[in-house]
Amino acid sequence: MAANSDVLLGLVEEFVSGQQDSKAADTATGVKTGQFTILELVEALGLSLTSSQPQTRGRGVQLLSQVLQECYDNLTEREVEVLIAFYENRLKDHYVITPHVLQGIKALTKCKAFPPGLSVSILRSLFQDVHVQSLMLQERSCVYNILMNLMESREEELKGLGADFVFGFVQAMDGERDPRNLLLAFQIARNILHRGYALGKFTEELFEVTSCYFPIDFTPPPNDPHGITQEELILSLRAVLTGTPQFAEFLLPLIIEKVDSEVQSAKLDSLQTLTACASVYGYKELTEFLPGLWSSLRREVFQTASEKVEAASLAALSALTACLSRSVQHSDADDALQGFLDLVLRDCQHHLCEPDLKLVWPSAKLLQAAAGASHRASYKITAAVVPLLLEQYNSRTQCAQRRTLLEVVQGFVQPVQSNLPSDGDDSVLSGFREPLCSLVFSALSESNSGLQVTATRVLTALGQQPGLLSASDVELAADHLTRLILEEDEPQVSSAVVDCAGSLARVQPAAFASRMVPKLKDHIFSEPMVLGDGSITTQTHSQQALRQRCVMALAVVSSHPSLVQETAPILLQVLASAHTGSGSFTVEELVSVCRSLQRIAAHTQDTAETGRFFHDIIIPRLLGLALQAALQGEDQGGWQSPLTEEAVLFALVPVLSTACSHLQSELAALTASRAVSLFLDGDGSFLPENDFQTPIQLLKKQSEAWRQSQLVCLLMACVCSMPRSVEIPQTDRLFSELEELSCTCAHPFSYTSAAKCFAGLVNKRPSGEALDSVLERTMKRISSELDCVSSSYRMQAFTLLLWVAKALLIRYHPLSTDLTDKLFSLLTDPELGGAAADGFSLIMSDSADVLNRACHADLRIMYRQRFFTENSAKLVQGFNSAEKERKSGYLKALSHIVNHLPRQVQLTELPALLPLLLEALSCSDQGVQLSTLSCLHPVLLDPPPALTPQVDGLVHRLLAMTTSPGMKVRIAALRCLHALCRLPEHTVLPFRARVLRALAKPLDDKKRLVRKEAVLARGEWFLLGSPGR
Amino acid sequence: MNATILDSFAFPYKVRKSINDPEHPLSLEELNVVEQVRVRVNDQESTVSVEFTPTIPHCSMATLIGLSIKVKLLRSLPDRFKIDVHITPGTHASEDAVNKQLADKERVAAALENSQLLEVVNQCLSSRT
Repeated sequence: MAANSDVLLGLVEEFVSGQQDSKAADTATGVKTGQFTILELVEALGLSLTSSQPQTRGRGVQLLSQVLQECYDNLTEREVEVLIAFYENRLKDHYVITPHVLQGIKALTKCKAFPPGLSVSILRSLFQDVHVQSLMLQERSCVYNILMNLMESREEELKGLGADFVFGFVQAMDGERDPRNLLLAFQIARNILHRGYALGKFTEELFEVTSCYFPIDFTPPPNDPHGITQEELILSLRAVLTGTPQFAEFLLPLIIEKVDSEVQSAKLDSLQTLTACASVYGYKELTEFLPGLWSSLRREVFQTASEKVEAASLAALSALTACLSRSVQHSDADDALQGFLDLVLRDCQHHLCEPDLKLVWPSAKLLQAAAGASHRASYKITAAVVPLLLEQYNSRTQCAQRRTLLEVVQGFVQPVQSNLPSDGDDSVLSGFREPLCSLVFSALSESNSGLQVTATRVLTALGQQPGLLSASDVELAADHLTRLILEEDEPQVSSAVVDCAGSLARVQPAAFASRMVPKLKDHIFSEPMVLGDGSITTQTHSQQALRQRCVMALAVVSSHPSLVQETAPILLQVLASAHTGSGSFTVEELVSVCRSLQRIAAHTQDTAETGRFFHDIIIPRLLGLALQAALQGEDQGGWQSPLTEEAVLFALVPVLSTACSHLQSELAALTASRAVSLFLDGDGSFLPENDFQTPIQLLKKQSEAWRQSQLVCLLMACVCSMPRSVEIPQTDRLFSELEELSCTCAHPFSYTSAAKCFAGLVNKRPSGEALDSVLERTMKRISSELDCVSSSYRMQAFTLLLWVAKALLIRYHPLSTDLTDKLFSLLTDPELGGAAADGFSLIMSDSADVLNRACHADLRIMYRQRFFTENSAKLVQGFNSAEKERKSGYLKALSHIVNHLPRQVQLTELPALLPLLLEALSCSDQGVQLSTLSCLHPVLLDPPPALTPQVDGLVHRLLAMTTSPGMKVRIAALRCLHALCRLPEHTVLPFRARVLRALAKPLDDKKRLVRKEAVLARGEWFLLGSPGR
Repeated sequence: MNATILDSFAFPYKVRKSINDPEHPLSLEELNVVEQVRVRVNDQESTVSVEFTPTIPHCSMATLIGLSIKVKLLRSLPDRFKIDVHITPGTHASEDAVNKQLADKERVAAALENSQLLEVVNQCLSSRT
């Protein structure tokens, strides 16, 4: 024991007199391990604590406080009581001691064994003896922490203090300036409000001491280590100010004053605070200030130039209205909501009727914000406004004004989540159903396209109001929409009409099935009129456009499963009649029919019913038609079915692949096995009208049988789009037959499709020996084919290589590097070099029909970045070592690769590649030029410093390209020149005269789009370096 | 050619109609100061004629508007065009005086030497708002 106390005395001595700070930690360790007790420490400190020198006393207290901070947990109640009594006493001591005393108290307040009653006495002496704001930053923070700790653990006792606690706190934080401490102080104030401390007569004081910071204007110093943002301060202050309705009488006038501020952030903060407090307040708090608040909000919306302020004002109005709607009505007083809405209506209503409609939009927005707050509010406002708007619409004759009014109506009709009628209530619009419908229908009958478009939007909105439109209304609407589809050829109108039809059909499919679909069908099958002399009338053009519109409308209207069953067969019938020749349809029309089918397939993905419908009817029918067309072409020399056209087949692929990718797993497996057995074994038993006489061997190479072999694209559509979980039967046979076809077929569409199908299967095949052996075999064949320069199948082998490389690359297969290296080596090949360079564009881009996400391909994100980082060095090296005439291949490949990288990566990588890209600009290939320009353009919009030394060369090359024979190149070059103006003025000003002179020429270009870009670019260069830019 | 010329007039017209007007800066086309029917282009003879209608008969900005239109055309059209900018007959109090100023090459050139005036014109033509 004696030894211990000697050690302790030594430590104390070294700390107090020897000024060795590290001894505090040693002492703390000693106490924690039980070597000494706190009592012993106090005894050992005895002399220093009673010294007549304040510095020595301070040192003594510091040691004690530091030890306590480490081991406050082990203290007994008795010890805490004694220590607190000691510290309270020390608060009256010399000012140099105070910081250490506060540290000690803070440590003790964290203590669990805290005797009851002590907190009150601590606070009393703290508030009495310490003037917080004359302390240093650290000590102030210490005081706030003491308050926070006590509030956490001794809530009851503090509440016993009554309003004195609040008063003490108000005094303590009055005048605080440091943002870190303010955050603490706001937190305490919020706790006071939220946990129900008695504010007593100090409500206003507490408000004053916090609201003096409102609105907060704080810019953190640069390199601020504390990371406190203005946003943080604003939010924590807002939580205090909106913490209690008792502040309302002080806060609301302050808000009204600050909304008027010149500073936009103050305006916004005030409006947002108003929105926040409206959720806490009730009618009682608001009533007195409603007129003032309303006039501020109205002024902001009517006069503001900032969208943010407008949105915040509207949100505040909405919150106020919602608050009033919530408050309970008193029978004796006026209804608060009614009174407020009367005010709003009084000020806004008349703007809707003014002849020039100047303030119609701001007024409408205000009314809509109020109406959107609650069902009751929307009821009142709608009742007042809608009749007025209807009357206005009828009394106006100018289309522009009518359109504005109709747009305003749309805003009121648009369903809002919060004011949907609760159970049993009618929709607020139910009283106006009839006049609104007749308004919409009359606008639809106008000849002005703007009115028609707006009317369709209103109609859509009406349709979304649950239960508003009756069945007869929808039928009438369907008639109007049908008429517009058939008669209006303006693209804007017809797309709006079709969208509206789609949205209404989702709710009421029956009306559309009976009214619209049959008429569209009639028009699709009506034959174009042919004059006697065989010349086709001028009508044919509009006739074709009409057919296209009908076909598109059929797809969009199929928004309900029952409609799909009506519309899809019509589209199939078109294909069938085109195949038999009974109806004359152009290839473009058939392609758009396929597009519509695809759209239907994509839209109705989630219903099992439609999935089965596609599986049972559409997929077999499409395959059957294509097969019949192909076989027929072989048999009869004369009539060629349009379904053998490459364009039509190409359009059929997405239909099948979209349909297959959405099938449920059993149906998908069934479809896959049927397709495989059809193509491998010629088993067409599942096809309708399967009366094929000759045995069909679709994948076998036959002379002149390209009509059959190209059907492999349909096999690809079926088997490559299945989810990865679906097992594809007979894959090994498929692999070898596809490889054979893709390497030996002479028909480009066939061998490319076979290669894609092969790649699509490889991509989904789980890795392992089976896959490796297939790849090894294929690679051997490709290499031997490619190495034989005289072979006539080199292009075929290259195509297969390209697709397999892509399939492996996107799934990060280790073998992909070998394949891409092979592609790089082909860049210098005299025959395949160009194709290889373009191949990189294919590898880097998403392909539409296979190896994409929609087809459930194994596609890793960021494969492009990875490919770029692994290979950019190879490309640059290859470029440098290649012979002069072979360099362009590398440039082309590079520009394709860079062009497909995400913008962020481009911006970081480009400075290094810039010289090479500039070289690519002078390459004569237009494709390379265009691709390079499109890489450069975003860089020029945010120019890196590395660009500056290159400006001269860049301007020279770009100006040369403004007279390029390719229109797209000219446009892209002009855009880049336009963007060059963003460079620092001193770097581009020297070129001003030269550029202006050179740009005079494209001003007279024969293409309008080029002239437009030239005007923009030249205008900007004129402004360069002149005043008023 | 006509379409390009009308494209050129979509520049913001930063002079506000009145203080209370809550609208954002409007283009001359939106204010109906310049309309497609009052623009005549003859590509063969290389002439362009633009009539503009000041918002009110005493509009003090008429000369500035005319000058801006003229400068914009000079910058946007090939050299071969002869450009004529004048006020729609009967829409402005001092129509003749303004027309004369705008037709005078020397005065237009001199006006553009004046850096303050050029600044205002450039602000009217700037695509940044």
